[in-house]
Parts: sequence; structure tokens; C-alpha cells
Amino acid sequence: MWDYTDKVKEHFLNPRNVGTIENADGVGDVGSLACGDALTLYFKLDAEGRIADAKFQTFGCASAIASSSALTELIIGKTLEEAEKITNEDIAAYLGELPKEKMHCSVMGQEALEKAIAQYRGERPRQVDGNIICECFGITDHEIEKTVREHRLTSIEDVTGYLKAGGGCGNCHDKIQQIMDGVFGQPVTIQPRSKKLTNIQKIKLIEETLEREIRPTLRQDGGDIELVDVEGSQVVVNLRGTCASCSKSQVTLKSYVEAKLRELVTDDLVVEENRL
Amino acid sequence: MKNVYLDNNATTRVAPEVVEAMLPYFSDFYGNPSSMHSFGGNLGLKVREARARIAALLGAQPEEILLTSGGTESDATAIHAALAAYPHKRHIVTTRVEHPAIKNLFEQYGKNGYRVTFIPVDCEGRIDLDEFRASLSEDTAVVSMMWANNETGVLFPVDEVAAELKARGIVFHTDAVQAVGKIPIDLTRTDVDLLSLSGHKLHGPKGIGALYIRKGTKFKPFMVGGHQEHGRRAGTENVPGIIGLGKACELAAGKLNDIDTRVRGLRDRLENALLEAVPQSMINGERANRLPNTTSIAFEYVEGEAILLMMNEHGIAASSGSACTSGSLEPSHVLRAMGIPFTAAHGSIRFSLSHYTTAEEIEFVIEKMPPIIARLRQMSPFWQKAAQSG
Repeated sequence: MWDYTDKVKEHFLNPRNVGTIENADGVGDVGSLACGDALTLYFKLDAEGRIADAKFQTFGCASAIASSSALTELIIGKTLEEAEKITNEDIAAYLGELPKEKMHCSVMGQEALEKAIAQYRGERPRQVDGNIICECFGITDHEIEKTVREHRLTSIEDVTGYLKAGGGCGNCHDKIQQIMDGVFGQPVTIQPRSKKLTNIQKIKLIEETLEREIRPTLRQDGGDIELVDVEGSQVVVNLRGTCASCSKSQVTLKSYVEAKLRELVTDDLVVEENRL
Repeated sequence: MKNVYLDNNATTRVAPEVVEAMLPYFSDFYGNPSSMHSFGGNLGLKVREARARIAALLGAQPEEILLTSGGTESDATAIHAALAAYPHKRHIVTTRVEHPAIKNLFEQYGKNGYRVTFIPVDCEGRIDLDEFRASLSEDTAVVSMMWANNETGVLFPVDEVAAELKARGIVFHTDAVQAVGKIPIDLTRTDVDLLSLSGHKLHGPKGIGALYIRKGTKFKPFMVGGHQEHGRRAGTENVPGIIGLGKACELAAGKLNDIDTRVRGLRDRLENALLEAVPQSMINGERANRLPNTTSIAFEYVEGEAILLMMNEHGIAASSGSACTSGSLEPSHVLRAMGIPFTAAHGSIRFSLSHYTTAEEIEFVIEKMPPIIARLRQMSPFWQKAAQSG
């Protein structure tokens, strides 16, 4: 069962402003039946340009209905300039909290509002720009990148929670990972550890980092590396292949291998070549 | 608020007689059946008695019953045993509508080098027997096909498939977790080799189940360790659970008639009344050939999680094929495999009744459901469009 706040439940059971507005000034339509949720937002402005009334129709789960209800409550009384500053986080905050898996419901609210305002201003509805990454839900690389950047998402599950992307067949998971890697400059699968590691944990993590991060890079240049010993913060390695004879091997060792291990294992490691 | 429990395919109430039978085995007779002393050793007799009761419900011999921790372990044990017995065969077959205990297990074997065939079903949830036959080869080690589907209740042609597989020398496993205790099963009259059942689906406790292993079927243990279960499943026996499962099986035999007549009548009354009161609603799955306690009803243009939460406000418990209830974003793989359109799959609700369901409860649900659907449809942008165009 989802862990909804009382406010989400209350807005689901007693949603505010359900319905349509005849001759609305702005209408925004997002989602589809296939996706499992959809929202149509209507607003009407008063003489001073403030949102006098807002209504919604939503197909979706409890949090989609509650998010729509919250959205209408948030925008009524605001000018369009004020309203367009409202983000999905504001919608979630208004409801107390949304489960992570349900953040896309609040994103849907923000998108409907953007679309309705664009429609009022006579702007062309935002074209779907970029390339479709998630075919199940029609999500583009631009949308994923924007959301990853804005919310600092570091896992595919988080991206699915916010955008639904990757929640269907799963074929696009590699592409989503690539987008996240692109945003953060490097794979974020191995998180830096700050807590004190036991010796065994440290050795395992060093081996893992060598295997997953360092070795593939060295191999691209025909080199290789192997772990000989770990003593305290001293990491002893053998350089192999072209690395063994390369005149820049000490640079590689310090500026790449050591830096990478410090980043992903602990920050006091010293890497040395095996002299025996 | 009263609680109307119509989610018996998820789990069931433990029968009071079962609880009573189990209680002495927690703090009075807590011995280990493997012990030399009679305080423990005597429990072996009780376990034997329970095993005989489980076997009797299935038309099996007591020594053909292996006690496990539940349906999932029984399934994993069965497939493991079949593959270990025929290590040179690298092909396995199942259906597209299995419970995750089989579906995910087969997907995992697929990642580990096995060729896996998932047989499709038609729009009423019936397996394509031609496609099934065409998939079999000399390389096929095991076929696993559920006896009854947990979401729709649709029954599979187990007897027919078992006979064909026997003739071809292919091991046949059936996940009968939803069937045992709801319909009569007589394993003297069918050629099933391996059959899984679960205690908590038939008013027994959770954490206990059984795997039927037909005499002569090659077997390799899945869990190794102690010598329990004649070396076929290690681990100290869950004595209270086993006693409870035995009692539940004994009681289930006596409830089959009630389920086939009275419960079936309540199920039919529920679905007919809802289909009549709610426009654009329909039954998922072949109506004629189903478990008598199950109905899956699609309410178009509304979303299942919202329906369930509104039902919850009235104390009505059921489940949904909706994506939003499961944590994944795709609606039930069973409904999708049947080709149920998205408009209907998202709004599908499964009601599963039991021996304890009353006519009064069913009437209460019949009264509460139509306004819930109407209210959500009134909020739905698609309902208006559908109503206008239709």
C-alpha cells in the first residue's frame, strides 16, 4: 500500500475544483490512457489578469487526483507570471509529501500548467524536442536530461519515479544511464564512501573500482593493472601491458589511478608501483 | 467500520480450527522431530498424520508430499529438480501469464543460458495449445503451466497437457497454488509430475507449502543441509505450520462443495449485478471456465488504484491489475498478455471470495461500487469524451 500523507488522501477523497470551464482562457492537456494517467487543466482570468477560477479533470491514481486538486488551489488568485513559477516540488510540498514513485503525478501538474499558459499566450505548444528514449511513455532525452539536472537524480528508479521513463519494458535503461552519466560527467554507479571501511571492505572496493572503472580505461590504451597488496592506506599495484613500459606510467598512476581510488574508495589512499 | 474481505487470492483468513490445531505445537509440544528423545521424536507421528491429510486432498500418497516454506519455494524446487535431473536439456517452457514465482524464475534461467518459451494466451486468457505443442522438442527439460490463473481465475487444460508431456517424456510442473482448495484435484487421474501448493491460500498459515512429487519422478534437493524430508529438503520441520496445513487441507475437502455452489452463486451475483449497474464494464477472462471464487472486472476509463482506495474507505478489500498499485508502471502482465486494452487494464479490479464470504457482504459491495466508478469517471477527461463520441 502506498504511504500517502493525510493531505494527499484528503485531496483525493474531496478534490477541489473538479470539472471544466466553458470559454476558458487557457487549457492544458497532458498524459494519455496508455500511460495510466492524464490531466486536463482549465483556467479563467479576471479583469486584472489574475486566475479567477481553475478546474481539472484527471484520469489516474489517488496521487494524480490529489496533485491536480493541489495545483488548482495553488494557482487560483495568482497572476500568470506568479503561477508559472510553480514547480512540481511546490505541488508535492503543498500535499506534505509524495512517495518517490509518484513524483511524476506532480510533474504532470506542472506540465499541464505550462501548456495552459502557453495556450493562453498563443505560443505554439512546446514541440516534443529531442529524441524519444522511453518508447513506452514517449519521453525524450531532453526531458530526461532536464529532470536529472534539476532534481539531481542518480538512479534509473528515480528517473522512473519522476518521469515514468524506464518504467515499462525497461529497454531504455542503458540510455537513461548514459544521460545521467553525461550530466554528472562520469558514471555515478559507485558512490563515494565517507564512512570508515574495514580492511576487507576497503580491499573489495579497491578491487571493484579497479575492475569497473580503471581497468577498462587502461585497456583502451593496451595497458592493464593488477592489485598486489593493500597495507593501511598504501595500495601496491603492478602495471601491465603498454603501461609497464610507458614513460608516463607514473603520471597515470598518480593522476588517474590514485585520484580515482581516492574518489571512490577513501581519500587517503597512496598508490605505488610494486618494486619487487 | 466492518471489513469486507474479497481478496482471498492474495491470502486467506486462517480457519479458527486450524489455529486451534496449531496452538499446542508452539509452547507445549515444541520438540524437534529429529530428536532421539520421545518429547521430540513423537512429533514425527503428528507430521506424518498431517502429510497424509495433505496427500488425501490431492489424491496423492503421503510419501509424494514434500513440505516447503510455501508456493515460491515449491516452484523453485520443482524447476531446479527437473533441470538437475536432465542436465543436457537446455529448453524450458511456460506461459505468459504465470505468477511471478514462475515468471521471474524462468526469466532468470533464460539469463543463465536456458532457452525459454513463454506460450501466449488469447483474449480470454486461454493458452494456445498449437503453439505450445510446436514449441516442444527433444531439448525441452520441463514445462510449467499454472492450474488456475491468480488474476482472472481462468483454468488451464492441465489434464490434456500432462498426458501429452508424459507421452513425450517431458517433466510437467503445475503451479496449483490458486486451484488447491477451490476445485477438486485428483492426481490419480492426471499425469502431473510436480505440483505446488501454498498453505495461506487455503485458510492455512503463511510460511508453509508443499510440493507434490509423483513417485518415480527424478529429484534433486534444492536446499541441502540436514536429512529432513528424507534428504529432499533440509531444515528443521515447521511443525506448527505443517500441523496447520494438514488441518487446512482436511477442512478444504469439506468446503469444496460450498465453494462450487454457494460461493460460485455469490460470485455470479456480484459480477452480474456490477456489469448491469456500471456501463462500459466487462469480465476479464473466459467466463465459463474459471475458478468459482474469482472475478476480474474491467471498469473502463478509470484507474484501479483510485478505485481500490475509495473501496477501502468502505472497508472493502480487493486488488487491481493497475500499474499504480504494484510499484511498476505497466499494468498487469496477465491482462496485457491477454491483449486487454489499456482503457480497461488500468481499471481492472479482482474480487476473490471464500468460504467465509456472506451474501450480505456481496450486497454491500454491489451497493457501494457503482457510485465509486461514477464518481471517478466524472473526474476523468476520457469518460466525457467517450460518452460524447459514443
